[in-house]
Amino acid sequence: MDQRRVVLIAGAVVGALSVVLAVAGNPANMGICVACFIRDIAGGLGLHRAEAVQYLRPEVPGFVIGSMLAALVAGEFRARGGSSPVIRFVLGFFVMIGALVFLGCPLRMVLRLAGGDLNAACGILGFTAGIWVGALLLRRGFTLGRSARMGVGNALALPTLSLFLLVLVIVAPTFVFASSTGPGSARAPILWALVAGLVVGALAQRSRLCLAGGIRDLILIRDPHLFSGFAAIFVVALVLNVISGRFKLGFVGQPVAHTDWLWNFLSMAAVGLGAALLGGCPLRQCILAGEGDADAAMTFLGMLIGGAFAHNWGIASSPAGPTANGKVATVVAIVVMAIIGYMGVEASVKPNQQRTAGEA
Amino acid sequence: MAHRVDARGLSCPQPVVMTKKALETIELGTKPRPSAGAEVSDAPPTSEAIEVLVDNRTAMENVSRFARHSGCDVTIETGGDDDCYIVRICKKGRR
Repeated sequence: MDQRRVVLIAGAVVGALSVVLAVAGNPANMGICVACFIRDIAGGLGLHRAEAVQYLRPEVPGFVIGSMLAALVAGEFRARGGSSPVIRFVLGFFVMIGALVFLGCPLRMVLRLAGGDLNAACGILGFTAGIWVGALLLRRGFTLGRSARMGVGNALALPTLSLFLLVLVIVAPTFVFASSTGPGSARAPILWALVAGLVVGALAQRSRLCLAGGIRDLILIRDPHLFSGFAAIFVVALVLNVISGRFKLGFVGQPVAHTDWLWNFLSMAAVGLGAALLGGCPLRQCILAGEGDADAAMTFLGMLIGGAFAHNWGIASSPAGPTANGKVATVVAIVVMAIIGYMGVEASVKPNQQRTAGEA
Repeated sequence: MAHRVDARGLSCPQPVVMTKKALETIELGTKPRPSAGAEVSDAPPTSEAIEVLVDNRTAMENVSRFARHSGCDVTIETGGDDDCYIVRICKKGRR
């Protein structure tokens, strides 16, 4: 099928499933949020002890496994890695910090706007600014280096962890945490969540849907292809929110959101910059990890640990607003990403020239 | 004579950025290459085609979409042993 249609369909289905999951029990405007759900998983595993946000969300393992199945069917499953794994871990960590100061990954940012939450508009501006800086760095040659083929074990690690998480959420042993109040207690039935996760994972794999990629390609090469998926998510979620009476326009009193525009902007700028340097938003990282990309799996682990630190160290925001620690962490995130960006541009100059010269 | 861009092992958007740079710096056409004194010539280097080597389907799709949007003809060869795609970019109407 025509790729343009695939990305539109994927976006529309993601938008629809996000509203369905919110109706089925997930937190409001949070039918799907990759960052929040990875944070909940960190809590469910006991990596942080914020009691309101602990639950082994089945959606996230669903994304990874759905992507793996789609990639296997299409013959695109490839074990690869070795492109700056530690730097990707660090970037994943700080993308998570930014997302939890904002209260949402790029996907939830779009869903929040589709629910009428205008604070998300500040987030989108910041996200775009961050991607714009990332695009400048990419244009100047920023790279995290080439990946290489690897043993298949590298590709199977994260899908296996995902399967294990699914077993844990179904068996629910006593050492696993699950919130009884707060967002972590708001959950769609396991089967719904898992099926939705698998469908989103498979469609995102086929369509290469990426929230950061949509804006990046518009800036970098004026190509609206991926952005059309972004737009489809927004339009479908908006229409369904209006029909189901969940649309509420305004800044104040929005679900799981705060109104501090400056930190909404800056935290999403950090997410945008990090996602541009990583080559994809948190959802896309899950999808790539499912396709066998061990570097994306490292990014995922960075996000998981970032989610744990965000709550252990009082960095994550609450509806009351960002915390002092959260503001410091956001600035640190931007500084660290800027340094990584600078080093990536410097590093790109020599090896690539040598390689092309050597092989010409 | 084709100019080669090796984007193997790179994930998007880097292959597209490299293709874009190649299209900006190399004039596609069949003019003979300025052999003598090429270094001092002001004319951009010319090449019959640009061949971009990528090793994943996403990059192949993105590079070919970008090239088509830039008004070029694109042919794709699946070549080599390790899942390599060669995206061959030519001036429109000339394959």
